[in-house]
Amino acid sequence: MSEPLLDVVDLRAGYGLVPVLQGMSFSLAAGSITALLGANGAGKTTTLRALCSMVRTQGVIRFAGQRIEARATEDIVRLGMGHVPEGRGTFLNLSTEENLRLGAYTRRNKSEVGDDLERIYGYFPLLKARRVQQAGTLSGGEQQMLAISRALMLRPRLLLLDEPSFGLAPLIVREIFRIMREINEREKVAILLVEQNAALALDLADHVHLIETGRIVLSGTSAQMREHDSVRRSYLGY
Amino acid sequence: MESFLHETFSGLAAGGIYASVALALVMIHQATHLLNFAQGEMAMFSTYIAWSLINAGMPYWAAFFLTVGIAFVIGASIQRFVLARIRGPSVLSLVVVFIGLLVIFNSLAGWIFTYTIKVFPSPFPSEPPFGQHYVSSHELGATAVTLVVLLLLFAFFRFTSLGLAMRAAAQNPVASRLVGVRVGWMLALGWGLAAAIGAVAGMMVAPIVYLDPNMMSGILIYAFAAALIGGIDSPGGAVLGGFLVGVLENLLGAYVIGNELKLPAALAIIVGVLVVRPSGLFGKVHVTRV
Amino acid sequence: MRLSASVVAPTVIAQRSRRRSLQAVGLALLLVLALALPFVVSNYRSFQFTLVLAYAIALLGLNILTGYNGQISLGHGAFYAIGAYTAAILMDRFGVPYWLTVPVAGVLCLAVGFLFGLPALRLEGLYLALATFALGVTLPQLLKHKSVEHWTGGVQGIVIVKPDAPFGLPLSADQWLYFFTLAVAVLMFVLAWNLLRGRVGRALIAIRDHPIAASAMGIDTSMYKSLAFGVSAMFTGVGGALGAIAVQFVAPDSFSIFLSITFLVGIVIGGLASISGAAFGALFIQFVPNIADQISKAAPWAIYGVFLIGFMFLMPVGISGAIRIAWARIRRHRQGRDAAAGPG
Repeated sequence: MSEPLLDVVDLRAGYGLVPVLQGMSFSLAAGSITALLGANGAGKTTTLRALCSMVRTQGVIRFAGQRIEARATEDIVRLGMGHVPEGRGTFLNLSTEENLRLGAYTRRNKSEVGDDLERIYGYFPLLKARRVQQAGTLSGGEQQMLAISRALMLRPRLLLLDEPSFGLAPLIVREIFRIMREINEREKVAILLVEQNAALALDLADHVHLIETGRIVLSGTSAQMREHDSVRRSYLGY
Repeated sequence: MESFLHETFSGLAAGGIYASVALALVMIHQATHLLNFAQGEMAMFSTYIAWSLINAGMPYWAAFFLTVGIAFVIGASIQRFVLARIRGPSVLSLVVVFIGLLVIFNSLAGWIFTYTIKVFPSPFPSEPPFGQHYVSSHELGATAVTLVVLLLLFAFFRFTSLGLAMRAAAQNPVASRLVGVRVGWMLALGWGLAAAIGAVAGMMVAPIVYLDPNMMSGILIYAFAAALIGGIDSPGGAVLGGFLVGVLENLLGAYVIGNELKLPAALAIIVGVLVVRPSGLFGKVHVTRV
Repeated sequence: MRLSASVVAPTVIAQRSRRRSLQAVGLALLLVLALALPFVVSNYRSFQFTLVLAYAIALLGLNILTGYNGQISLGHGAFYAIGAYTAAILMDRFGVPYWLTVPVAGVLCLAVGFLFGLPALRLEGLYLALATFALGVTLPQLLKHKSVEHWTGGVQGIVIVKPDAPFGLPLSADQWLYFFTLAVAVLMFVLAWNLLRGRVGRALIAIRDHPIAASAMGIDTSMYKSLAFGVSAMFTGVGGALGAIAVQFVAPDSFSIFLSITFLVGIVIGGLASISGAAFGALFIQFVPNIADQISKAAPWAIYGVFLIGFMFLMPVGISGAIRIAWARIRRHRQGRDAAAGPG
């Protein structure tokens, strides 16, 4: 296997004087789906934020062959890292389609954007129905679809997903995860998923890392994780 | 009837001026969610720059566009080098900085150009158009310029991705960074555009009220009233609001309250709109899901 | 080295009471200096310091509203004007004695300010600043208007007579006025200090910093905010009345938006949310323009602007805050020395 798409070595990050990540190291390959599991406050969201330089970091982060830990968020995004943040980050006062077009803001080839829009609407027909509607009036599930679609408009190599199931009804979540699997297979987008819902995450992901208090304590394939006693008991409930 | 028409038309003409300053105010609000108290003084200062260029022998339109460019640079620089550097930007610190800018521009103009009133030329012919006597060519021309600026702005925000990025940066800077928008530059762009629009407004006003450092203070209040009535987020609303305020003020002044109370009437409009309908006539009433 | 509680506590208490007595001595010294002032300087200087006191009271008012309660007012010149005109009209048109006009001005401004505070409840931050800014700009026009010309004297304004020292005291009019203003100032400062250090002060600050949490704790934010407006206007109105009596003249153009801006400069430089800040600010706005005027007519305002922006970057706590910080550093240094020297 060639060089990993993302390679993280001894990542440390925190908020002000509070350290959250205490030396994380992991990597992921292009086209793979990786999940970060852990309880509240373990540092999962902080990891994603650190990758995008939204918090102060120490350590080494290599993405698509380049060191990115000192770069600004806007530049990292341009390298092909799409981030669907906690809370979705929807532009509430803009329309659905305007949100999507913003996703394509950094794209050089403007003519392809129209095609991409249609493809996204193919995955999420609900969004097409609401294309001129103000994004703030969309339901939670629709906003999540919108947030994911907006990140996809970037044509990212890596998609960071922060708690996509949060606050959503189970049916909608299942639908979204099914579409994520489809997108990963068709578009070959690598996914780094942060989820509290361990069962869902294990279903979607190939590789899993378990985080506790800012460190990775366990890693493996999802099958291996399912077998692991402590994981089963603490995170799967049986 | 004759005087009513006269008042209405001159109200529309004044309204055109208020509309263009209101546009600058809306511009800054769109980009930064802030109210720029220094807008009037910046416009006045830009007009002095144009005056200097014209006095040095530059033809009008060359001076016009050069001034617009210089104003753009000044505005963007203020954002980049002053506003962006404020630590922990509370509302009070922003207001203080705005007032500081207001006062600096006002006194700089007085210092460099003295307080004597100056004449500023108009690019439009001096005879009134079509032989009528309700509006002068300049008033008509100034209104036309305002409408052209409005159209350009509208097109910019609606149809260009840069305009969309600017709106996004103002609403949600964090999410904007995640789609690759350079938020800092968007803010600077917003300020630059507002300063440029203000310069245009100043150059349209100066031929009518003559150029002096306190030229814009009353106009700024009318412009705020106009921007609020129209909706602080709506460029079209600002222009409509400008005409509304212009006509309303003139008619109220002529028939109801007398000309000395026109400015207090604008104050009443401002307070009234803010209390009763803060989003104005055309501003979007923002819906947020909890 | 661990100090047991019984050893530490008396040291801390001793330090606190030492600090308080130091403060009391400082204030007493200040009072003595203030009382001695008119006898060692010219009449004109006494007059200038009288104005300083009037401004200090006015700035205290603005500070209560903007510094402690976070409601930004760019129109406080209006309350100063109301106080000034009240004093002038009562003295000139109705022959009311000067000392009575001051409390009347205060009460009137309290009512007007409270009424202002009611619609202001609906306005936040920048929009309140805008509304008060518009008020500040339009005030001179209102004062010049024909319908009130009979009272306000229109553009020419009103001239009033400086009162003489009472009971035949061997003081010049300027000196007497200085002592009168000083007495009122001391009264107002004590009033403010009492108000702000207790429940009311804490409520105001809570509303400023975390309005939602404050109301969740049961603080009636609306009432406090309107009250803050009223009390703030009262202080500034009292300042205005005193100022008018000292200057002997009121006219609409003295109360333009630039007066309101001057007050803003005063509290920013003196120190927001600080009582002593009002005094520093008043000294600044009285004396700096005089010095700056000699450079150029435009210079005072250019300096104001630079100071406003500069202070926001370099000294956002104002002069009083800087002094407080420096003092705390000295104390900590001394504490470190005492601790290193050992207990006892």
